[in-house]
Amino acid sequence: MGSQLPALALEGVRVTFVSQDGGRYTAIRDTTLRVAPGEFVSVVGPTGCGKSTLLNVAAGLLQPSAGATSVFGEMLSGLNRKAGYLFQSEALMPWRTALQNVTAGLEFRGTDPAQAAVQAEEWLRRVGLGGFGARYPHQLSGGMRKRVALAQALILDPEIILMDEPFAALDIQTRHLMENELLELWSANRKSVVFITHDLEEAISLSDRVVVMSAGPESHPIGEFVIDLPRPRDVAEIRLTPRFIELHGLIWAAMKEEVLKSYARQRQ
Amino acid sequence: MPAKGNRALRIWQFALFAALLAAWYVLTSPTLLPPLYFDDPNKAAFFFGEPLKVAGRIVDWFSSGFIYPHLWVTLVETALAFVIGTVLGLVMGLWLALSPTASALLDPYLKALNSMPRVILAPIFAMWFGLDMGSKVALGVTLVFFIVFFNVYQGVREVSHTVLANARMLGANERQLLRHVYVPSAMSWVFASLHNSVGLAFVGAVVGEYLGSSRGVGYLILQAEGTFDFNAVVAGIVVLTAFALLLDWMVTLAERRFLVWQPRGGETEKI
Repeated sequence: MGSQLPALALEGVRVTFVSQDGGRYTAIRDTTLRVAPGEFVSVVGPTGCGKSTLLNVAAGLLQPSAGATSVFGEMLSGLNRKAGYLFQSEALMPWRTALQNVTAGLEFRGTDPAQAAVQAEEWLRRVGLGGFGARYPHQLSGGMRKRVALAQALILDPEIILMDEPFAALDIQTRHLMENELLELWSANRKSVVFITHDLEEAISLSDRVVVMSAGPESHPIGEFVIDLPRPRDVAEIRLTPRFIELHGLIWAAMKEEVLKSYARQRQ
Repeated sequence: MPAKGNRALRIWQFALFAALLAAWYVLTSPTLLPPLYFDDPNKAAFFFGEPLKVAGRIVDWFSSGFIYPHLWVTLVETALAFVIGTVLGLVMGLWLALSPTASALLDPYLKALNSMPRVILAPIFAMWFGLDMGSKVALGVTLVFFIVFFNVYQGVREVSHTVLANARMLGANERQLLRHVYVPSAMSWVFASLHNSVGLAFVGAVVGEYLGSSRGVGYLILQAEGTFDFNAVVAGIVVLTAFALLLDWMVTLAERRFLVWQPRGGETEKI
């Protein structure tokens, strides 16, 4: 794996925001993150530690102040065309039906509409929404909208999947279900995944590797843990295994201080 | 609302209408009641008209075909003002919302134009476009344009950043973003203002006719006023109101057709 070209590499990235009154805020600094092809990496850290900023840099939606991003060895300028992005908040186009939302990416690429619709039907079935294609987003529940968003991103078969706390707004049962479905989809067709979450258990149960970020501002990686739990996994059951608990204890020890720091800062 | 309560409400609404008509009839009839306020029994009818005569006048207008050319002119003016105003508002709104430089440059002018009472432009338009339909359409356009323009501007500004970023990540280029994200988002705001803009297109046409013309329902009312024919004035107003309601109803139909994707109260089905 070491000699292989990483699917996604962020090298020494620093992001400083300048506000209109001249104030500066450095969200992340000295961040290097390399993701191998087919690897599932989670980034965890306390709230407000710049995890989403990191993902936006990887997606090319945000230009870093310093450092560089490369995708399969090529320097990234502009949007990352090899990446699919699953947003934390609602990202579906409300004026399009579920099916039309799923076909959107193909449509933008000029795929024949009839063929796109057939593929989209197939993807809707795959995320458990066969027969819901004609519904508008407001007619779907939060979990169903996430599934549509998942199908929307995956239909383009991206080499890299960027996920920003995609399941944060879901209730715990729906969440476990979605996590299992995600693992199933991912293991069927292994792509590189960068999964942002503040939930350590979610990170461990899904990933090959967990990266811990320090509390913001000037957030940076402070630890990396390889998750050697066997696959396939069931996210609800794997939490009860001794190795999981051991890993959880290990990573939490690294994270705890940062969480407390972030909490103290927020209380000020 | 339950159907039963709805029906009772309709009955009451109709009863109120009938009562108003009856009061109007009784109070203005020269023979039914002795004059209450005026010294001459015919004066009440002169100042307030008589419902039966108004109705007779409307029936007469439609059966003789006298009103059709006038009504046609007014409706064509309304439709043209509405379409031209909406298209201009849509284009300008999209352009200014997407181009910060143009928006910053033109902002004070647009504010000034919008706060100006547009009716005073009618004489200018009459000079430029003559007393025919052109000047009425122009007046209606100035009224419709600003409503649509500000709504589109707002609509584009309020496009969700996430939806936009998502469309970009899905591979949309600038033109596709405009077509698939900005315009649909702006259109929902345009539709929200449609009742207003259709109403104002109608106002523009009628006021324009009233201020100087040789055809149209506004012209009819002006003529009737000139000869102190109060019944004809009221008949004109009734016809205008009926058609305003008809236009409003057509807008409601269009809304239902085009805004199916928006949640409506009582319809948000979740599973």
